[in-house]
Amino acid sequence: MGERLAAALPANAWNWIAVWRRNHLAWKKVAFASMLGTLADPMIYLFGLGTGLGLLVGRIEGASYIAFLAAGMVATSAMTASTFETIYAVFGRMRDQGTWEAILHTQLTLGDIVLGELTWAATKAFLAGTTIAIVAAALGYAAWTSVLYVLPVIALTGFAFASLAMLVIALAPSYHYFIFYQTLVITPMLFLSGAVFPVGQLPGVFQQIAAFSPLANSIDLIRPVMLGRLGDNVGLHIGALCMFAVLPFFLSAGLFHRRLMR
Amino acid sequence: MSNVAIDLTGVTKLFGNKLVVDGLSFTVASGECFGLLGPNGAGKSTIARMLLGMTRPDAGDITVLGLPVPARSRLARKGIGVVPQFDNLDLEFTVRENLLVFGRYFGMRTREINAVIPRLLEFARLESKADSRVGLLSGGMKRRLTLARALINDPQLLVMDEPTTGLDPHARHLIWERLRFLLASGKTIILTTHFMEEAERLCDRLCVLERGRKIAEGSPHALIDEYIGCNVIEIFGGNPQELISLIRPYVQRIEVSGETLFCYAPDPEDVRIQLRGRAGLRILERPPSLEDVFLRLTGREMEK
Ligand SMILES: Nc1ncnc2c1ncn2[C@@H]1O[C@H](COP(=O)(O)OP(=O)(O)OP(=O)(O)O)[C@@H](O)[C@H]1O
Ligand SMILES: [Mg+2]
Repeated sequence: MGERLAAALPANAWNWIAVWRRNHLAWKKVAFASMLGTLADPMIYLFGLGTGLGLLVGRIEGASYIAFLAAGMVATSAMTASTFETIYAVFGRMRDQGTWEAILHTQLTLGDIVLGELTWAATKAFLAGTTIAIVAAALGYAAWTSVLYVLPVIALTGFAFASLAMLVIALAPSYHYFIFYQTLVITPMLFLSGAVFPVGQLPGVFQQIAAFSPLANSIDLIRPVMLGRLGDNVGLHIGALCMFAVLPFFLSAGLFHRRLMR
Repeated sequence: MSNVAIDLTGVTKLFGNKLVVDGLSFTVASGECFGLLGPNGAGKSTIARMLLGMTRPDAGDITVLGLPVPARSRLARKGIGVVPQFDNLDLEFTVRENLLVFGRYFGMRTREINAVIPRLLEFARLESKADSRVGLLSGGMKRRLTLARALINDPQLLVMDEPTTGLDPHARHLIWERLRFLLASGKTIILTTHFMEEAERLCDRLCVLERGRKIAEGSPHALIDEYIGCNVIEIFGGNPQELISLIRPYVQRIEVSGETLFCYAPDPEDVRIQLRGRAGLRILERPPSLEDVFLRLTGREMEK
């Protein structure tokens, strides 16, 4: 039992860096296309919905609709960036490309690999979310100092969604299963967590369910800051995000061990 | 370091209720080249994976480089280089980048890795390909890169799963030559193979497996002497049944494989006399090889 645990957990606090650097090297070759891919979606939402709907909606929570939406898009872009990196790229490296198998022939453990992949996906999420926040600040929808405050939240959001997606790929037999995660979890979360409209308009049950989602916790931390207010329950939201980042990590590492080391 | 590189005692592995490795024991001394020979599905890759701690035996004990596996397999892998059955190089990276990335997995610094890369490229005869993308290399080059990659941590022990399967004869001979060089420099090698010629040329000792069980073990010469011990006559182009009844009294044993008769005859001249004057027969007399041992032991031919 003890040795199985040792194989599933990170061996030390730095082994994961080699995996992160591998992914960084691969990414550098396609950085432009990759950034465009991750940023196009939230930008289109921001300007399409923001300017189009903004005219109809007027002000929400004391701010212009586009400023309200910008905060939602910062969190959402972090969510999608780390989710897609994990369910497609990481799954490929784990199952089809033999990348993980090659790494397991070295002195790294499965836990080191999972942690490296997780940190890489969170890095991409951080890049995406930060870019959106900077765009929002540049256009005057948020104060520059607020961008500094939301940086750690963006990173934490990236970790939480990468970790959840890691759980999904540890269980999924093939790529076909990811569509369920996308359409049954990720997309509804976008609409139920207050990213594009305030959740106050939803029926009470939905509001209560949605309040638990990692996206809602992330938005509740990011939006007040970007709109220049003080948020509520900051500790609680951070705690929830940390839980989403940490628990699925350990669970997925265990599941990968069962899947790959039989 | 002790002079035992690998020790297996009573190792058994089941997948579900299918017995894949069955009470296997063997020892590989430091500096030795040890071969695992067996047909598809014999359990060769499973044994290689168990040595690396990537799959756990259901019974028995494994020691690699003095460390119990899988308990201390992470530590053991620091001293092992692996050539897996199927290449798992990073296709989007260049040759050099593959080595760099792999060295980092062993905790090496970029400077350290860059210092050994020229030697590895030279070893693998890939100097001119250093900056080519791996996806564009031939199968033989990829295999050589996998071999070079396995050496990045300067391992004492190399675990190679079918290092030359799928290569053309030229590429295969080049790999064999490189492996002999490694053996001469004191490395220990355990390799799995389908090729009798490969085992005969490289291995000091080998173990023949069938369905996870050891059916013979020894040096190639000892096995040939023990199981064959005389010249072989291959006869091709006649009616096998008719020929068998004709020459049976003069041979020790006859093996039919497809349309070819393999006759093990202490005195080949007697057989030749019997066949004299028969048209359309092709007769070849040769010294015995491991392939004959394998045929005898398993009663069927391995892929060639
Ligand atoms: N993960 C697994 N789950 C279930 N069965 C497996 C697994 N891995 C291997 N086997 C089975 O174990 C047996 C031995 O497989 P193994 O790959 O070790 O053979 P091998 O000697 O390497 O064969 P080959 O020459 O084809 O590479 C086969 O029957 C195979 O189907
Ligand atoms: Mg195999």
